[in-house]
Amino acid sequence: MSYLEYNTKTAPTGWRKVLHLNWPLVVLLTAVASVGFLMLYSVAGGSFSPWAEPQMKRYALGLAIMFLVAMVPIWFWRNMAFVAYLVGLALLLAVEFFGSVGMGAQRWIDLGFMRLQPSELMKISMVMMLAAYYDWLPLKKTSRPLWVLLPIVLILLPTGLVISQPDLGTAILLLTAGGLMMFLAGVHWAYFATVIAGGAAGIWAVFQSRGTDWQLLKDYQFRRIDTFLDPSSDPLGAGYHITQAKIAMGSGGWTGRGFMQGTQSRLNFLPEKHTDFIFNTLAEEFGFVGGISLLVLYVLVLVFCIFAAIQNKDRFSSLLILGIGLTFFLFFAVNMSMVMGLAPVVGVPLPLVSYGGSAMLVLMVAFGLVQSAHIHRHR
Amino acid sequence: MRRSPRETAESARRISRRGLILGGAQLGFVGLLAGRMNYMQVEQADTFRLLAEENRINIRLIPPARGRIVDRNGRIIAENEPTYRITMVREDAGDVQKVIGRLSMLVELDEDDLNRALAEMQRTAPFFPVTVADRVSWEDISRVAVNAPALPGVTPEVGLSRIYPMNDLFAHVAGYVGPVSERDLSRYEDPPPLLRIPRFQVGKVGVEAKAEEMLRGQAGAKRVEVNAVGRVMRELDRREGEAGGDVQLTVDAELQDFVKARLGEESASVVVMDLEKGDLLAIASAPSYDPNEFVRGISVPDYASLRDNDRRPLASKTVQDAYPPGSTFKMVTALAAMDAGLVAPDETVYCPGHMEVGGRKFHCWKRAGHGHMNLEQSLRESCDVYYYDLALKVGIENIAKMSRRLGLGTDYDIPMSAVSSGLIPDKAWKKRERGSDWVIGDTVNASIGQGFVLTSPLHLAVMTARLATGRSITPRLIKSVDGIETPWRGGSDMGLNDSHLKQIARAMYAVSNSRRGTAYGSRIIADTMRMAGKTGTSQVRNITAAERARGVTRNDDLPWERRDHALFVNFAPFDNPTIAVAVVVEHGGGGSTAAAPIARDVTLQALYGGLPPLDAYPSKDRSRIRALHDRLAREKRAREAEGNDRA
Repeated sequence: MSYLEYNTKTAPTGWRKVLHLNWPLVVLLTAVASVGFLMLYSVAGGSFSPWAEPQMKRYALGLAIMFLVAMVPIWFWRNMAFVAYLVGLALLLAVEFFGSVGMGAQRWIDLGFMRLQPSELMKISMVMMLAAYYDWLPLKKTSRPLWVLLPIVLILLPTGLVISQPDLGTAILLLTAGGLMMFLAGVHWAYFATVIAGGAAGIWAVFQSRGTDWQLLKDYQFRRIDTFLDPSSDPLGAGYHITQAKIAMGSGGWTGRGFMQGTQSRLNFLPEKHTDFIFNTLAEEFGFVGGISLLVLYVLVLVFCIFAAIQNKDRFSSLLILGIGLTFFLFFAVNMSMVMGLAPVVGVPLPLVSYGGSAMLVLMVAFGLVQSAHIHRHR
Repeated sequence: MRRSPRETAESARRISRRGLILGGAQLGFVGLLAGRMNYMQVEQADTFRLLAEENRINIRLIPPARGRIVDRNGRIIAENEPTYRITMVREDAGDVQKVIGRLSMLVELDEDDLNRALAEMQRTAPFFPVTVADRVSWEDISRVAVNAPALPGVTPEVGLSRIYPMNDLFAHVAGYVGPVSERDLSRYEDPPPLLRIPRFQVGKVGVEAKAEEMLRGQAGAKRVEVNAVGRVMRELDRREGEAGGDVQLTVDAELQDFVKARLGEESASVVVMDLEKGDLLAIASAPSYDPNEFVRGISVPDYASLRDNDRRPLASKTVQDAYPPGSTFKMVTALAAMDAGLVAPDETVYCPGHMEVGGRKFHCWKRAGHGHMNLEQSLRESCDVYYYDLALKVGIENIAKMSRRLGLGTDYDIPMSAVSSGLIPDKAWKKRERGSDWVIGDTVNASIGQGFVLTSPLHLAVMTARLATGRSITPRLIKSVDGIETPWRGGSDMGLNDSHLKQIARAMYAVSNSRRGTAYGSRIIADTMRMAGKTGTSQVRNITAAERARGVTRNDDLPWERRDHALFVNFAPFDNPTIAVAVVVEHGGGGSTAAAPIARDVTLQALYGGLPPLDAYPSKDRSRIRALHDRLAREKRAREAEGNDRA
């Protein structure tokens, strides 16, 4: 294949690859993860167990996997894109039939040593698949209807499976990430205008469907939307979590209440304080300064991805890097919106900070791909 | 896919453009997030901080110590004593059954209480202390404390509870306290949070209830930090409450004690009133009950036996019961007639033993008649016909007006429960309440304190006080609160003719000191202490025509509950009155035999402020009085010994 030609001559080989890693990105990721360790230590009441220690081990494992993935030439991963996508789809189907039910949703497969959450995997597989597709597609065909329809199918297949789990949060992430991948690839504006108009109509339809036979969302999803729109309507019921989360965040003030001094999280008023709502613990204990610092770290990760993509002349590589940066952005943007009361609570973790295995490992694999694309770029 | 360099450059250019557009959009969204953080954490920080504090901090009330109730000399009528109970926390106990089993070896546990406690433990949060044994002894508490290591989750706790060291002596005055009931709460529009404290005690009857606000005090508070499920994490700070005020009553415990002993088994009541400021020196109702039993929670059979006793120990007879005043009312009729200028003191009326009014025959108590009677003689010998005659002249409206001036038929503002306002009838009252017209016979009956007229012993004491002084004395029960004297309104001159009052007083003196007086047998010998009084006997039933035909039945032949009430009122010393006394002995028979001796003994006791010299008594009474004094002294010694033991 063609990309072999222009890369083999200039790309580093062997151990020299390590020198060509995007080291600032590694430092940034570690900084973000360290914020996570600190907060997990705090919410456990000043203890490494039960959360901080496993999280650190997982991050170490993730870091190793990232290096491993980075060492493998990016063209190998391009070739594997379609396989990864198919495996992802197959696992989603497997969840449908053999998955464990947790919190009212079928989300993971118990592999014995870990719980695999195929929807997490799919976020990366789909980005890879779309990047590979647009790399393969001749540039001038990008906006032709038939060639637009195909990626839409590629996006909707996994999205549909995820919705049926049901996991609305991930489905929205997949849909948004997929759509924006198409945008990045250069699909014509008109398509997006049409979809946005259609989406608005769709939202209207969803609200209209409430209480009818053809109700499009589950009752609990509607309730979450209600609670989001007016948390004070039910401050001790469904709105309790978001109300307490906002109190935790707001009470932090400018510099916070001090490390391990956050009353909302320490006294258990804050729900899911080690997973989805960990940002509120940070905001409570370190205040506006702490919250903004983490946000800045995230933005830096994003900026490094965008620059790495622009530097990279390979279509697959740059689309992949942008796509992974985008996925990362969607993670923290949706989570933060949610915990600040800007979006309904949909159950999206804060990337690299929230306690949790699959999400972190998948993200580290993704950044491994970014590193691989960076090392093996055309110079 | 192989691409031409041109195509590759075009691709990179496009991706860079769109990537930057998207990157810009992402940064825009990050800006939004930062703005939101700024809004919540900087602009709204104070609001959210307040909400967080509200979440975190719980205010727990600390009950204040209830004020004491003491007599005029500072002797304690009601105070607080520490009580001990044993509580248990489920989660600390671990195996609840096992710990209970061990506890029951140390302390006697009541089966019902235990089951209730176990049920409560299942209902409440696991860290919530539940009382498993209440009012346990100090010995039990010590045993639990010593064995604490074997009893995880078990804590001995100290609280305060009300105790009445004089037991039944002031039950009807001081009343008692009890746990807050729904009815107590319903009295308030917005019940004070203090009342929601578990085991808090409030006054139920008597001074305890009426002076509740003074006695209760101010709750203290402690601020505690709680977590989301309400578990207390630590105490932040505390402000001690303010103990309730000490309420000093006007009563004299020693005099009250004498009165109680003197009344013995009678169903009777005595009011002794100081004439200077209307202080109630003794206000006793017999028989009485022990308020401590009510505080501890009286058993159903014990309560039933109090309730069903025909001498009504629960009734506060001095203020709650209104009786026909009988002949003690005659001073009112006489004064009304003199005030209206309708009778001169020397004018006589002939008493043939009865009088015919409106076709009905009204009898004098003395069937043979008294003959010619003037005012003093009529009061001294309690001639009824004289007053029938006055009644016809003066009319009910004048009698009612004078009654009210003398303090009858009105409410007094004294802090006791169920204070009766008595009844002074007039024409409008009968029309309104009975729907029929006043007839002349009603006036005749009223003139001797029968018929519709009702007065409580307190009313009679006030009437006597006003007759003795000419001032509008009102009764006072609370002398001071926390050392601050309660203001006393009243005591101004009533504007009654002085010579009229002197006439009445002289006549009352004759009742007690003239050989022909109805209370001569119960006179006081000591010259400076002589008393002036009036006997009364009020019918409990109507004497039927058949009974009259048989001859009026003697009281001694009747069953107890059908005998007449015996009444006596007096003031003393005659020359310079300082006290007024009213005595009612239910179903005692005649006022001169049943009530007057009691009144005389109580009067002497009050005047001498302790044991009077025996030569103040007529010689025939001295041995009996000495025996009574000896008995009182013995009882007092026994009580003091018991008090020392407790201390």
